[in-house]
Amino acid sequence: MTQETDIREGVDRETVETVQNMGSYKYGWETEIEMEYAPKGISEEIVRLISQKNDEPEWMLEWRLQAYARWVEMKEPEWALLDLPKIDYQDLYYYARPKSMVEKPKSLDEVDPKLLATYEKLGIPLKEQMILAGVEGAENINLEERQVAVDAVFDSVSVGTTFKEKLAEAGVIFCSISEAIKEHPELVKKYLGSVVPQTDNYFATLNSACFSDGSFVYVPPGTRCPMELSTYFRINAENTGQFERTLIVCDKGAYVSYLEGCTAPKRDTAQLHAAVVEIVILEDAEVKYSTVQNWFPGDEEGKGGIYNFVTKRADCREPRAKVMWTQVETGSAITWKYPSCILRGDDSSGEFYSIAIANNYQQADTGTKMVHLGKNTRSRIVSKGISAGQAQNTYRGLVSMHPRAKNSRNYTQCDSLLIGDKCGAHTVPYIEVKNNSSRVEHEATTSKVDDDQLFYCRARGVGEEEAVALVVNGFCRDVLQALPMEFAMEAQSLVAISLEGSVG
Amino acid sequence: MLEIKNLHVKLEDEDKVILKGMNLTVETGKVHAIMGPNGSGKSTMSYVLSGRDGYEVTDGSAKLGDTELLDLEPEERAAAGLFLAFQYPVEIPGVGNMTFLRTALNAQRKARGEEELSAGEFLKLVRAKAKTLKIDADMLKRPVNVGFSGGEKKRNEILQMAMLEPKMCILDETDSGLDVDAMRLVADGVNALRSPDRSFLVITHYQRLLDHIKPDVVHIMADGRILQTGGPELALEVEKNGYAEILAAHGLTEAK
Repeated sequence: MTQETDIREGVDRETVETVQNMGSYKYGWETEIEMEYAPKGISEEIVRLISQKNDEPEWMLEWRLQAYARWVEMKEPEWALLDLPKIDYQDLYYYARPKSMVEKPKSLDEVDPKLLATYEKLGIPLKEQMILAGVEGAENINLEERQVAVDAVFDSVSVGTTFKEKLAEAGVIFCSISEAIKEHPELVKKYLGSVVPQTDNYFATLNSACFSDGSFVYVPPGTRCPMELSTYFRINAENTGQFERTLIVCDKGAYVSYLEGCTAPKRDTAQLHAAVVEIVILEDAEVKYSTVQNWFPGDEEGKGGIYNFVTKRADCREPRAKVMWTQVETGSAITWKYPSCILRGDDSSGEFYSIAIANNYQQADTGTKMVHLGKNTRSRIVSKGISAGQAQNTYRGLVSMHPRAKNSRNYTQCDSLLIGDKCGAHTVPYIEVKNNSSRVEHEATTSKVDDDQLFYCRARGVGEEEAVALVVNGFCRDVLQALPMEFAMEAQSLVAISLEGSVG
Repeated sequence: MLEIKNLHVKLEDEDKVILKGMNLTVETGKVHAIMGPNGSGKSTMSYVLSGRDGYEVTDGSAKLGDTELLDLEPEERAAAGLFLAFQYPVEIPGVGNMTFLRTALNAQRKARGEEELSAGEFLKLVRAKAKTLKIDADMLKRPVNVGFSGGEKKRNEILQMAMLEPKMCILDETDSGLDVDAMRLVADGVNALRSPDRSFLVITHYQRLLDHIKPDVVHIMADGRILQTGGPELALEVEKNGYAEILAAHGLTEAK
């Protein structure tokens, strides 16, 4: 048995230390940094301003304005099982960037040390910190063997992307979306909005109008991306919405694995996060997209926290395209998120693995949509929902077999785990089958954390909270195994941390 | 090593009294056996000592060395050196046996202020122990007790005991549900762990386990207390004549 499988099997030593040494939200500190803000609120002027700040071409501004015009006509969706507080969209900042980023710093000395310190606290190594902080030439510093390229988004702007040159050698484009709009307009024009149209839904449309930055990836035909790509999102500024937009295009026969992490400071007031992720997958290509979402969940009484309204969709546009979504959702006061797969190409396949943890007063309404359009398409859904405290956790999923999607198959497994007697777990599966050669399977279970299991662990010397983490990590094992190594470790400790205070 | 004095225990939710002034002393390095009819309070005693919820101690004490066990959380009792081999070992789906062992061992080491074992050190140790106990490497990889046969579950308890190296081991009907061969394997494991620093309290219904794990002292328990204490011959006597005579001598009937 190797060390690797050992770590994947459950909680490891570091997790245990993490749990014991940490407060309930590790990333709750804020960085005091001089920020440049656009005025509060959203209007056509603000949309123009954001476009201008990013130095965008005319076509991009037009696209944003179309979205804005549509958004003002739209209403917030109400179908989710969420107790949604009224959001005042005019009381938010839609654009904030560290002042030090206005001019690119030339050396480490010129970088705002607080920005560097932020990344250090987040555990990003120094050389990467330099690159993230935008130090020119930092990429040429002899880098140790690293396998993950990082794009970091701080409030509204991308503050740096690492390993660009090494990736460029392989022909992979990995940069901020604002840069892509300028440098690769033909790709952005062709694919932006092609999976999630400007008018898709209330939050996606708002994002289309006012997204400030995000990441762009293009993997050329036949290329296996030489390293994992990662975007790190952090909301720092108060009353600021984060609206990032990610576009990933994986050309014929290519492969990429993409990781996304998120944190935010602890604040009394709620903050809005409305992101859009679009993935285009062409013939025989494969994309793995993993998220560890750890936005501030609000405090024990349910004050503050991030409202997370995210539209994520992958389009398996051509035959044999493959996509795999893996998400670990532990943060946010409210989560509204349904990473979906459009299985358009014949023989294409989509997988969705999810762990959603809701503790205290958190609310999560999350799941996936598997839209089978092509023949012989396959999908698999494994969802693990954990509710503790007063939280409500809903799995909402759609499996749709269209008339042309002959001989297609879906397998869905939804397991819910309850900790305590004041929380709720809900499963809302929608199934539509419009041909008679396809097969859909749905299995669901609901259980409580077993006292016997906890006592057994404790009788062996494992403390109560660690015992809960151990049992819950076991419950989530199928999904944790789907995550890349680095993320699996982080996810395990997050599971433990987010359940702190849920027993006893 | 273990000193139980005048222990009175009732169920937390009911008025049912289970232990009624139990006294028991197990010396360091000795093996004591407790036998007794069903419902005599043997398993309750083991649960109360290890700290399971649902019981209320109304009087008495239970000390491990100088430590009062009843004041401690279950995990603190384990770190202090108490080990209970469960009558029904619990399944924990998705948690690898190795992970479980390592988490438990390091939690105890940490609680005692000792250095935690690295993955490499742990692996070496667990492999060596498994080999001594003739435990298949495959059993280490599977989730804790999930899909284990009765014999495998009990052997897994002994492996945990071997890894955690407790001072005081309580075996709660470890022979229940085992065939003769499995029982011998388990007993061999226990015997391999006998040492001058380690004490055992073996709870059993049957003399046959005591053929393999030879006790120094045998107690007969009924009605929530120890009725009689003697040498190994007491177990043989019970095997031959049943409990009726002993119970009658204390004014109790067997059908109780």
